[in-house]
Amino acid sequence: MQAFTTVTGRAVPLMRTNIDTDVIIRIERLTAGEPSTLGTYAFEAWRYLPDGTENPDFTPNQPKYRGAPILIAGRNFGCGSSREGAVHALQGMGLRCVIAESFGDIFFGNCFQNGMLPIRLPDENIQTLVAETNVSEVPCTIDLKLLTITTPSGRTIPFTTDPQRREALLEGLDDIGLTLKYEADITKWQTQDRLARPWVWLPT
Amino acid sequence: MQRTLIDKIWDAHVVRDLGDGWVLLHIDRILLHDLSGPGALQDVKARGLKVRNRELVIATPDHAVSSAPGRTGETFAQGARLWAGLKTLSQEAGIRLFDLGQDGQGIVHVMGPELGLVLPGTTLICGDSHTCTNGGLGALAFGVGTSESVHALATQTMRQRKPKRMRIRIDGELGHGVSAKDVILHVIGALGTAAGVEHAIEYSGSTIRSMPIEGRLTICNLSVELGAKSGLIAADDTTFEYIAGRQFAPEGAKFDAAVKHWRTLVSDDDAKFDREVAIDARTIAPTITWGTSPQHAIAIDGRIPDLASEVTSAGRESLVAALEYMGLQPGQPIAGTKIDWVFIGSCTNSRISDLRDAAAIARNRHVADNVTAWVVPGSLRVKRQAEAEGLDRVFIDAGFEWREPGCSMCVAANGERVPPGARAVSTTNRNFVGRQGPRARTHLASPAMAVAAAISGSISDVRRI
Ligand code: SF4
Repeated sequence: MQAFTTVTGRAVPLMRTNIDTDVIIRIERLTAGEPSTLGTYAFEAWRYLPDGTENPDFTPNQPKYRGAPILIAGRNFGCGSSREGAVHALQGMGLRCVIAESFGDIFFGNCFQNGMLPIRLPDENIQTLVAETNVSEVPCTIDLKLLTITTPSGRTIPFTTDPQRREALLEGLDDIGLTLKYEADITKWQTQDRLARPWVWLPT
Repeated sequence: MQRTLIDKIWDAHVVRDLGDGWVLLHIDRILLHDLSGPGALQDVKARGLKVRNRELVIATPDHAVSSAPGRTGETFAQGARLWAGLKTLSQEAGIRLFDLGQDGQGIVHVMGPELGLVLPGTTLICGDSHTCTNGGLGALAFGVGTSESVHALATQTMRQRKPKRMRIRIDGELGHGVSAKDVILHVIGALGTAAGVEHAIEYSGSTIRSMPIEGRLTICNLSVELGAKSGLIAADDTTFEYIAGRQFAPEGAKFDAAVKHWRTLVSDDDAKFDREVAIDARTIAPTITWGTSPQHAIAIDGRIPDLASEVTSAGRESLVAALEYMGLQPGQPIAGTKIDWVFIGSCTNSRISDLRDAAAIARNRHVADNVTAWVVPGSLRVKRQAEAEGLDRVFIDAGFEWREPGCSMCVAANGERVPPGARAVSTTNRNFVGRQGPRARTHLASPAMAVAAAISGSISDVRRI
């Protein structure tokens, strides 16, 4: 997994609420099985007009936001389907960090599995950030070690992240390797459970 | 300490405390489907890992397979690779697979309960957000991403933090024409799609208690549309009766011992929830969505909201975008809106009771000329049962297409789509932009309401049919 320490760049606002993973990436793009092209199809229903050209009204299409590594979105971002391709699609657009008041739970977890940082911020901080990025060309910086967002005006907004997730992201750690060390605990639990709840254990 | 049902199941599955509120949680069942299953199994293999407890893993193709009569895994060419991958990789790993045409195959959240694979008090995951459906049987079931499935396959555990606990009490008798689907759409309309974020929800109250299991599965199915990790209902006699005799359910003394244990899995009287909500079921009318989020739910005799109803600018922007996408005007009544398509199916409403409800309205009536209507049963068992009861004839005579089990048009991953610009009433769970196909317009409703729309050619109140 790609580690995350700091990211500096433009923050693009997409201030709609309840942006779901179906809109982030259509399911048929996933069945087609070309992970490397997902970035092209991120937000396709909004990003392109029916004739296939870019929709100029879609904020991330504006020249100043192209390739922005930070997305600021409305509440409950990434709700809906569990598709991990939603994270890959956002990464394919060049995003490394999404800031919103709240997130869909599965999407939130999927971000950490893929080196993407989701940040929960109270609404007033989001409003400040959007107001500043709308008028300024100066980039923002997200620092996961310091747990700060530096806004275009140089102001810092603190954020919190679960300590274990932060650690894994900073180091680019893979949790399967860590869990496998607890093999003995798992076996012990299962041995007890086979006696306590034999009905759960299906024949092999 | 008084504990909730969620705490009881959770605590019993903790293999190890990992600090900072994290635990290693044992997972009793892993379900795989053709969309996320092959990738997860492939990844396990590529990392040189093994499926740890293959007997606790169950696979079935549902998402990317055609629902056309006589279909095979290759009828939908783009999905053939996924179907074949699920099959080969499951066989290689020794995982139980219920393949197309084989007894047991179906939408993953329909076949699990039906086969007795889902039991009260178990933990269950699947790489699919509607895994919460299984909570209808008192299991703690939640959807995960593919990477997390890989972790679960390799270790039979997940690294988890306990979700907050929420309780939604629903009391009172349901009115005529009001089903479980209307109840849960009403709840989402009232609370919003972010109400359950970071929570697991226990549904309780007299309405839930008197609901059969299939209705409870429908209620829990839409928990993720409230933003919740999981939704569940404490098992009771209705649950035990449902489970008894199913293919993988315990039998004899084992079943009795299980029931004894399951009876303890209820929230204690003074258990503390992080959030509690009460809903009066008597106020619920047949409900339908007008927009592009499940929270855009209104009573069938209600009106599409006007812009003044949203105070924040982000909220207003979403509302305007939804109205434009749906081609609707604010403030208008929803009933009478002309439709083009009806889809009856999905893990929300494709079980036998749903098809019986739908057939009761369709009997001796006919689908309107301007409407194309499909019925896609949730599983092969549902399909055979419906055929044994003659429901297929009722639908076919009424002008519906009767198809093979799978997700089909619920997510359009198999190429079966509502055409661009067309308006559909669907018994599914998501009306997102493009969900049923690019530019498709979806209204979520119950099976009976969907049939009412099909025969009248417009959104209609089932109570007036
Ligand atoms: S029926 Fe629809 S919601 Fe259910 S599992 Fe299939 S695609 Fe997902």
